[in-house]
Amino acid sequence: MSESLFSKKNRKLITDPLTDNNPVTVQVLGICSALAITVQVNQAIVMGLSVIFVTMMGNVVISMLRNLIPSRIRIIVQLVVVAALVIVVDQVLAAFLPDLSAKLSVFVGLIITNCIIMGRLEAFAMANKPWPSLLDGFGNGLGYAGLLVLVAVFRELFGSGTLLGFTIFGNSLPGEESGLYAMGYTNNNMMILPPMALIIVGVIIWVQRLRNKELQEDH
Amino acid sequence: MKFLENILHKMEPNFSKGGKFEKWNPLFETMATFAFTPKLVTQKGSHIRDGVDLKRTMMTVIIAMIPCLLFGIYNTGHFAEVAKGSSIAASYWDGFGTKFTSGLIVVLPILVVSYGVGLTVEFIFGMLRGHALHEGFLVSGMLIPLIMPADVPLWMVGVATVFAVVIGKEVFGGTGMNVLNVALTARAFLFFAYPTSMSGDKVWLSGQEVDGVSGSTALGDLASFMSDKPVFENLDAYYGKYSLMDSFMGMIPGSIGETSTLACLIGAAVLIFTGVGSLRIIASFFAGGFVMGMILNAVGGNAYLDLPAHFHLVIGGFAFGAVFMATDPVTAAQTATGKLIYGFLGGLVAIMIRVLNPAYPEGVMLAILFMNVMAPIIDHYVIQSNIKKRLKRVKTA
Repeated sequence: MSESLFSKKNRKLITDPLTDNNPVTVQVLGICSALAITVQVNQAIVMGLSVIFVTMMGNVVISMLRNLIPSRIRIIVQLVVVAALVIVVDQVLAAFLPDLSAKLSVFVGLIITNCIIMGRLEAFAMANKPWPSLLDGFGNGLGYAGLLVLVAVFRELFGSGTLLGFTIFGNSLPGEESGLYAMGYTNNNMMILPPMALIIVGVIIWVQRLRNKELQEDH
Repeated sequence: MKFLENILHKMEPNFSKGGKFEKWNPLFETMATFAFTPKLVTQKGSHIRDGVDLKRTMMTVIIAMIPCLLFGIYNTGHFAEVAKGSSIAASYWDGFGTKFTSGLIVVLPILVVSYGVGLTVEFIFGMLRGHALHEGFLVSGMLIPLIMPADVPLWMVGVATVFAVVIGKEVFGGTGMNVLNVALTARAFLFFAYPTSMSGDKVWLSGQEVDGVSGSTALGDLASFMSDKPVFENLDAYYGKYSLMDSFMGMIPGSIGETSTLACLIGAAVLIFTGVGSLRIIASFFAGGFVMGMILNAVGGNAYLDLPAHFHLVIGGFAFGAVFMATDPVTAAQTATGKLIYGFLGGLVAIMIRVLNPAYPEGVMLAILFMNVMAPIIDHYVIQSNIKKRLKRVKTA
């Protein structure tokens, strides 16, 4: 083996999607699910882990098959692989986390249509060996999951006053308010509505592009 | 004035490039040009018809809003006294001074928070982008308090102002670049974020302590006609509480500055006379609302649908929206025909939302925001059709 497993090039496969090539904020993929399941942090974490698993395994399988797949039917083959993985994830969640699985409802199934996964299969796994594909899948899944959790932190903290279900700002039940609520604070209902997720993602993109001039498009 | 000019003149080197307070130049320039003509003026060859600039335009709008503000303060004060159950509450014009003072106590903090927070945010962006404070917020800062319920918590006003200025305006590049009306963005934010503080029958009277005093608005009572448990048995009972004259004068509960149609019309006269507000938009907005009212009358069915069309024009924020919100030159349609379409559809949609969707008793806010988004498309098609018409003329000739 000429190249070490964690060479600089391979490490970049993981770190790039976390920052300057984030699938959500830079490539603007997978936005729909980012809006749907970021109301609570625990949902975002489970969703993120599911996507990490599917991108990693999907990338590895497709990478191993890449020389066998006829290019005319490659999309169908990719879909079959992804669908099989998603069903595994869905069944595992339903078996071990039935409550969360019910809350995430169709969105786990819809991972099949997540553009990040198909994008990585097409752009990377079809042209690279299994090990780099695994790292690429892990990095992109992590970039997606990280952003999901970041958005969910804002939405859960200001929308429900909790983080991972633990109360942060005090008791908000009418009649027995404590902490901030006793001082007149109210949860922001807009944080629970999907448009606010879009606005938060937008603000994150804004800040990221302010810090990194290379990401700014000229027009 | 000479004295002030000398002071500013002495301070100037500190603020110009290379000076001690170079960073604070935007603040200095804003203050200086508020008082005096800018140093850089056109020397020759420009064709000036009028010395109007952004600051004067904005000041005109603020002057036009003063009747609404003053009446709003008094009205808020009156209903604060009603909520307290005091003896002067029985007659509307009794205890003028007391009511005006108690109104001022409610309205002034909201005004201060709106201007303070908004100008601070604008100033931070001005510093980051290296330009003087833009005047755009002068009007928004006045509009925001006027469309708030009297009982709104001050911190909510602050949060909404930050949201409106940053997401509604600065994201798009600042004054003159915004897609949505800034003040309405603040109102919409509060409406969706803190619905319990922005609607219902608890928020319109400041400091409500007496039980049994209904704090609902005309729109809230009307919307109940759409449900199984109407507040009034029929329209005649409704007229007993909100007569046409009271609604027109604005002697009914509602957001601080929006209740008086008369005050809005005085403002409209100022705007139209000075050429700052568009008569086309204001007139077609009222026409659109009236037409929708007539359509609903024709459909009929329950008391709300049967409410005479002209009643719709004097209750809620309809007149205020038509005069001060829809005419915002940045977010409205720009072409002459486009303005007519924009205003008409705005009025139409406003009454449609108001009556047919009981969850949103005040549809004017949503209708204007919706038309703000549609305005560029309207302009596009107006211009395209004009190009087609003129091309046809060339071809036939």
